[in-house]
Amino acid sequence: MSMLELYQEVILDHNKSPRNFRDMDCASHKACGKNPLCGDELDLFLNIEDGVIQDVSFTGTGCAISVASASLLTEKLKGRTVTDAEAIYREVHMMLTGESDVDPAELGKLAVLSGVCQFPVRVKCASLAWHTMHAALQDRSEDVSTE
Amino acid sequence: MNAPVPATAVWDTARIQQDFPILSREVHGKPLVYLDSAATTQRPVSVVEAVRKFDLTHNANVHRGVHLLSQEATQAYEGAREKVRRFLNAASVREILFVRGTTEAINLVSNSFGTSKIGAGDEIVVSSLEHHSNIVPWQMLAERTGAVLRVIPMSDSGDLDQEAYRELLNARTRLVALTHISNALGTVNPVREMIAAAHEHEIPVLVDGAQAVAHTAVDVRELDCDFYAFSGHKLYGPTGIGVLYGREALLEAMPPWQGGGDMIASVSFSGTTYNELPYKFEAGTPNISGAVGLGAAVDYVEALGLEAIAAHEADLLDYLVAQLSKIDCVRLIGEPAVRGGAVSFLIGDVHPHDIGTILDCEGIAIRAGHHCAQPIMERLGIPATARASVGVYNTKADIDSLVAPLPQIAEMFAR
Repeated sequence: MSMLELYQEVILDHNKSPRNFRDMDCASHKACGKNPLCGDELDLFLNIEDGVIQDVSFTGTGCAISVASASLLTEKLKGRTVTDAEAIYREVHMMLTGESDVDPAELGKLAVLSGVCQFPVRVKCASLAWHTMHAALQDRSEDVSTE
Repeated sequence: MNAPVPATAVWDTARIQQDFPILSREVHGKPLVYLDSAATTQRPVSVVEAVRKFDLTHNANVHRGVHLLSQEATQAYEGAREKVRRFLNAASVREILFVRGTTEAINLVSNSFGTSKIGAGDEIVVSSLEHHSNIVPWQMLAERTGAVLRVIPMSDSGDLDQEAYRELLNARTRLVALTHISNALGTVNPVREMIAAAHEHEIPVLVDGAQAVAHTAVDVRELDCDFYAFSGHKLYGPTGIGVLYGREALLEAMPPWQGGGDMIASVSFSGTTYNELPYKFEAGTPNISGAVGLGAAVDYVEALGLEAIAAHEADLLDYLVAQLSKIDCVRLIGEPAVRGGAVSFLIGDVHPHDIGTILDCEGIAIRAGHHCAQPIMERLGIPATARASVGVYNTKADIDSLVAPLPQIAEMFAR
């Protein structure tokens, strides 16, 4: 595993120019993710109407893996149903922990995160946004951590 | 087994590296470049062999057996204590307590000295350069007793504000707890002067020496400190063993912290009398082989010579700072007046964890994070730093290996 497999162009690009990197006043769901040992912090916002994610955004600071993962999440989930989002959450979780092979057709661009499972100490960076999204969907109010 | 180089010999890092077999291993297919000695130092063969020899030929419990092995184990354990006494130039072995490490040493003082001598409204002075282990035990004590924590501020360069420090000292101050060298920024504090200032008010001073003992000669009588704490594993010794030096009069007056075997003179249900120093503070079977390993580590650094070590490392740190300063996008975090052990830096907007992972792929081990010193990060307005730290085995070639990929990392992540 080389660093170039981990830091693929897509990850570097989403770190440089994170998509949907903004506050959301009209969010129906939100949650905060914090990994205090890393110093990673992100606020994740969702606007859900009739079971469909109309809008999703985030703000915060973190390493390239954590920012890119959050950015990719927002791209992936916009326009999807909550049921889809939960299914994708489970697949991403399994991919990051190396529990199953990725189905590229299903995960698309998110497959660039698959290299993370080779770097055990960085799995928590990639998974923070996803666990935070999951908590937001469940209306959990306490901060999320993957450390 | 390689004998350490005598202090009088010319410094020969290549020769020293042979004492550390781990340095010849590969990491991700690249030769290991170890620049994380501030987290833990590697162990020379002589330390590993001393522990091994003890475990295989002398192992027994100490202070209680009449049989030969127990006598040998006691001799080895107490022999290590004498080595540490000499290393710190303490007046007596009664002042040398074996503990698990610096953290336990500070907790011992906060629980024993703190609980008996510090009450509601009293003040404890710590500095903004402290590791969490020299903050949290005092916060816990403050919570228990109603004492107040006062913090010596620091400048952007990472030096403590000496004027503010002197103003903090007053009739309610019961203790100053101060790091000798900052693990996060490498600041060497003027501890001798700061201790003298506290003593003008008859305030005792605890020095956290975790980052200092491997880099500079420590003489507790010359420093005139009241407590000095350090860990074996940052001095080329094993983990799980450390030392608390305490001035004998203070230790005598302090109540035991943990109760159990070895710390008593006699036990009866009508009452217990405690053992004498240092055993009063060593309840339970100690880390005997760890102490033996620490003794061997002390032998190792003394054979190299602390002055020679300090000169070698100062040379390396000067070179590291100079090389880092040449790279545009690299920002040094902390430029203290006197530096020891470590250099913290950032590259543009790149998160230190990304720097750490990429360097790891090149076989280079550094530390990335807040270094258990979050108040420093908060003060400087950054979440974390990348930190390179040096030991006796490092070379300028190691520094070159670290510095070479940094411009590429900056370019890769440029926004």
